[in-house]
Amino acid sequence: MSALEPTLLLPAHEPAPLGLDDWAQACHAALAAGEQLVMLFGRPQADGSEAWLITAVLYSPAAGLRVLRSRAARGARYPALTAHFPAAQMAERELWEQTGLRPEGHPWLKPVRFEGERQQQMDAYPFFVVRGQEVHEVGVGPIHASVIEPGHFRFMCHGERVQHLEIQLGYQHRGVEALLLQRPPLALTPLVESIAGDASIAHAWAHCAAIEALAGVSVAPGVDQVRAVALELERIAMHLVALGGMATDIAFLQGGATYGRLRTAIINATQRVCGNRFGRGWLRPGGVRHAIDAARRQDLLDTLAAFARDFAQVNELMLGARSVRSRLRGTGIVSTQAARELGLVGLAARASGVARDSRHELPGHVYREHPLPLLTEDGGDCWARMRLRMREIDASLAWLQQQLQDVSSDLAGEALVPIGALRADRLCITVCEGFRGPVVQAVETGADGALLHYKVQDASMLNWFGLAIAVRDNEISDFPICNKSFDLSYCGNDL
Amino acid sequence: MLKSIAVRVAQGTQTIPDPRRADPAGFRARPVIGAQPCEAGCSACAAACPTRAIEIEPLRIDLGRCVMCGDCEPVCPSGTLSFDNDFRIAATERDALVVSAARPSLDPVKVSAALHRRFGRSLKLRSVSAGGCNACELEVNALTNVNFDIGRYGIDIVASPRHADALVLTGPVTRNMAQALQLCWDGMPEPKLVIAVGACAISGGLFADSPALDRSFVERFTPSLYVPGCPPHPLTFISGILDLLGIDS
Repeated sequence: MSALEPTLLLPAHEPAPLGLDDWAQACHAALAAGEQLVMLFGRPQADGSEAWLITAVLYSPAAGLRVLRSRAARGARYPALTAHFPAAQMAERELWEQTGLRPEGHPWLKPVRFEGERQQQMDAYPFFVVRGQEVHEVGVGPIHASVIEPGHFRFMCHGERVQHLEIQLGYQHRGVEALLLQRPPLALTPLVESIAGDASIAHAWAHCAAIEALAGVSVAPGVDQVRAVALELERIAMHLVALGGMATDIAFLQGGATYGRLRTAIINATQRVCGNRFGRGWLRPGGVRHAIDAARRQDLLDTLAAFARDFAQVNELMLGARSVRSRLRGTGIVSTQAARELGLVGLAARASGVARDSRHELPGHVYREHPLPLLTEDGGDCWARMRLRMREIDASLAWLQQQLQDVSSDLAGEALVPIGALRADRLCITVCEGFRGPVVQAVETGADGALLHYKVQDASMLNWFGLAIAVRDNEISDFPICNKSFDLSYCGNDL
Repeated sequence: MLKSIAVRVAQGTQTIPDPRRADPAGFRARPVIGAQPCEAGCSACAAACPTRAIEIEPLRIDLGRCVMCGDCEPVCPSGTLSFDNDFRIAATERDALVVSAARPSLDPVKVSAALHRRFGRSLKLRSVSAGGCNACELEVNALTNVNFDIGRYGIDIVASPRHADALVLTGPVTRNMAQALQLCWDGMPEPKLVIAVGACAISGGLFADSPALDRSFVERFTPSLYVPGCPPHPLTFISGILDLLGIDS
């Protein structure tokens, strides 16, 4: 496979695991050389010992994806990467929570989601405390005013000004990763589609790609083309949620009403293809269950044409309104440097001028043949995140229209390729750029081909801290628009 | 100003006139058990079901568990199973969510005279997501958009539990959310009811086997309305609640 494939398949014993200190040093060297830490996870050794096998997934433009593995004794310690590379902070917290391995010198070692034995101990969260005269705290959640997922936000304020926001998640923890090991590997897609329900397609594609690679099956190019159509439809629909939410949060009601009904048109079109407004039941290992025939093509084209006209019109209204500009410009800034250092990904990174998009870094066949423009904004504020969502919708729209109009594009989607037993002792990493950013999944098989480990990472986990940084020095009343401008998943973080 | 008027003109009227009579094209909603008998000894559909919603001999499908993924349909060798877009599948009793050859459609939700009297002109909802994946939450949100516009029937979503008459529960109820859910319920004034939305809330759905759940709330406070789906279509919710409260559409 070339370096630009979003799927990495390795024999489980290659590269050979390093000792923990050597591994930490190798990770340190890689990050110092500019590689990015994509994912970090551990699983118990399959040999029945109490040791752990740790895997770091790294990305660099030259080499694509690669892994560094280590054997670690139970409760072992190693020098924290976070001390030098803040971007590793969530990954190391998660590794500590899931394995008990302690990154020494981590400045912020707290549970990510209160899983396992920590369940129902949400009250014990060690909040950061700001002391001083006139400093006060505001706690919000887990249940919020509107219909959204639960999470606790604690603002440390000086007057109306937010000094720091601490985000405590975990309320949504459903035990997804453990459940993924309980059912047969070919029957997991409905569960995967519910990891983060608004990114069903992205998670399903990453899952299908992993199962297909592990089974040694390759699907026809047309299959991935249909999957990409599904993914770009999802991107449009879910960016519209954030746009509608932002408009509503600043009481720009015409925007809220219009983005809402425009989204209805897109998800209803998705439903006409696959039976579900969220694209569930569309992708399955071995192919796609619902092809896009000539009639569906025309139906989608008609929907998109009507959408494009009205979307451009309401965008113009929204971008031209002084009230919108004054509320969003300069609100919730994440600088390019902060975005880089924090390792933000996806839309949040691009809105801060960091040109990262898995569809460019690891395009695979479809996005290599039919690339989308890599879009960024410089401002890093709520305005930039809103603007970028509009531009990404426009780009996906143009891309979809091109694919659907091109009679030579193969959207028929063959019959599902039968998937046999998975190959034994393999590790597969897959990446899929959902509307928030990269969805990463790691699936490992044991000696009998059964699943040994399943690790899931939604872009949200890496981006929540970006929201905390964005609201610093802002007024507390601007938090809702900052939150909506990021539009992150709670359950995608909590798993 | 002119731009605003232009957007308003383009918007037109988007409201679905009568949600009970809508026809959501393509929606995979109600499992249909066809006339062709099952092959003897076949249990392919039950094996393919990710939520154990299907029992065989005779074939029965529990919509409280079913996620309408459609994985059963292609594995059925006799072509007995299919789906149609009948979205009116809400029910007031848990047992009433089961379809079979003998009972292919759900019984229409019966008007509750007591609920009609109390809430027939105004019902305020407080949504609590307890492990919901955001699909149900987005569909509950969609109830208030210009297409579904549930506000026209006197039904609204409110922020405070103190203002709420009904708790709209989504998600399988995680252990980490169990306490907050209970606190929200305790904060709601009597009389009050629970509406369970989605396979997760009704039965635990895809997460039913997880040890990370604490479903005791659903056992203690029996829902007055079950709205099945994964996620349920807003039309299923609206038609169900209008039927229960005896509201014309």
